[in-house]
Amino acid sequence: MEQLNTWFTQLLADNEIFTAQTIGYYAHGLANTAQLVLLSLLIGLMLAVPLAIGRSSSRPWVKWPIFLYTYVFRGTPLLIQLYIIYYGVVFVDGIQDTWLWLILEKPFYPALIAFTLNTAAYTTEIFRGAIKATPRGEIEAARAYGMSQAKMLRRIVLPSAFRRALPAYGNEVIFMLHASAIASVVTIMDLTGAARFVYARFYAPFDAFLFVAAIYLCLTFGILYLFRYLEKRLLAHLKPQT
Amino acid sequence: MKKLLTISLLSAAVLAGTAQARDYDTVRFGVDVPYEPMEYRLPNGDLTGFDIELGNALCDEIGIDCTWTVQGWDGIIPGLLARKYDAIMSSMTINDQRRKQVLFSDPYFTPPSAWFAPADSQITVPSKQTLEGKTIGVQRGTLQDNYATDMFGDVADINRYSTADDMVLDMDAGRLDIVFLDFPVGKSTLLDSNDGDYKIVGKMISEPKKYFGDGFGIAFRKRDKELAEKFDAALDTLKENGTYDKLYKKYFETKQ
Repeated sequence: MEQLNTWFTQLLADNEIFTAQTIGYYAHGLANTAQLVLLSLLIGLMLAVPLAIGRSSSRPWVKWPIFLYTYVFRGTPLLIQLYIIYYGVVFVDGIQDTWLWLILEKPFYPALIAFTLNTAAYTTEIFRGAIKATPRGEIEAARAYGMSQAKMLRRIVLPSAFRRALPAYGNEVIFMLHASAIASVVTIMDLTGAARFVYARFYAPFDAFLFVAAIYLCLTFGILYLFRYLEKRLLAHLKPQT
Repeated sequence: MKKLLTISLLSAAVLAGTAQARDYDTVRFGVDVPYEPMEYRLPNGDLTGFDIELGNALCDEIGIDCTWTVQGWDGIIPGLLARKYDAIMSSMTINDQRRKQVLFSDPYFTPPSAWFAPADSQITVPSKQTLEGKTIGVQRGTLQDNYATDMFGDVADINRYSTADDMVLDMDAGRLDIVFLDFPVGKSTLLDSNDGDYKIVGKMISEPKKYFGDGFGIAFRKRDKELAEKFDAALDTLKENGTYDKLYKKYFETKQ
């Protein structure tokens, strides 16, 4: 341990880039990225569940507006959505004087809104697929028991749909983490923003970006591990029996 | 043919080595135009700009004549070494790489940076107190970014933009309290194109050297040490007698 410590101190002694200050920037960036991604995923998930149920409804006036929403947000790049929500709204006359400006003034909330709407659109479609794939037999059995529509959703359709959606949703979480790298274009100091800052300051692209890539890898590893654990717990009944 | 070339090159080198510094009664300047407001042409074709006027004033002070030769930037140092002209005064930043080839005068100018804020801003002098809790806009990775980060990073929010356009847009939107920009860029994007919406706050800043560099120098051939010294002395005189300030005001101060 002692040896490792001296080795580490020596390693850091003759570098000009990774000082306490720049490490601080990275730490700050990590906090911003984590906040953005976690919040947008959480809110997105809460939005996606009712939207997915609506999207699988047979009533056209419920189904089509939701389809339009997911189509627009899956059909345009997240970067464009972010630009519209951050820079575009500025051109609405007098928006600075309304309460909306409290939300839109700082870059954090516009980015959060863009990320949330985007991930909610993808998650809606993931869940809709899972709901649609509910075996007919399960639904017929629920009807035979005399369950109401709501009870059937709560007890039969959604629990099995969540399980089926889990692997695809894990991917969406990782995509969202990586998509959050564009937050730095609206001046948020996220992980990528910190890396770009260090790069521009020291003209050291390799050091700055390799370091941040390593952090993203660690985060992705954590997400993968979490979902593997969840899949093991929740999808145990699908494992081949020995 | 090759041999002949070698011989002539060799003799040229020997000649150049032994040639004595000579007295100049006319100094020919090489300059690359246009680079407003440092050097550019008036509509009638005459050369003008800060470099040109300062160069002429320096020659007057020394008591010699000057002429100006226009030369593209990429050939400007070779042109000096080939004696197409005797000095370069063309917003050339002093650096070690160029020092290997040419002799620089003392720096005569450092391109200034300036603070710009909306016309109704309360900030009069940027300092740690006045900028506390404010949002400062800079272009990412510029010397202005480094300066603002080190000086005010602990008290103010610093928003870093990839392009000056994004920054101006956010300034228009009211998301920024103040921006720190290269003066000519800020002048053209904020002052000239929006009449009266923005103003310069505080003085122009071109110190300390650590952030803003060595500035521009006049480049001479290495053996013209005497000539360079004459120009240095003349520059000191112009700075003392107010001629330099007058020119500086003419080109870098906006009417407020």
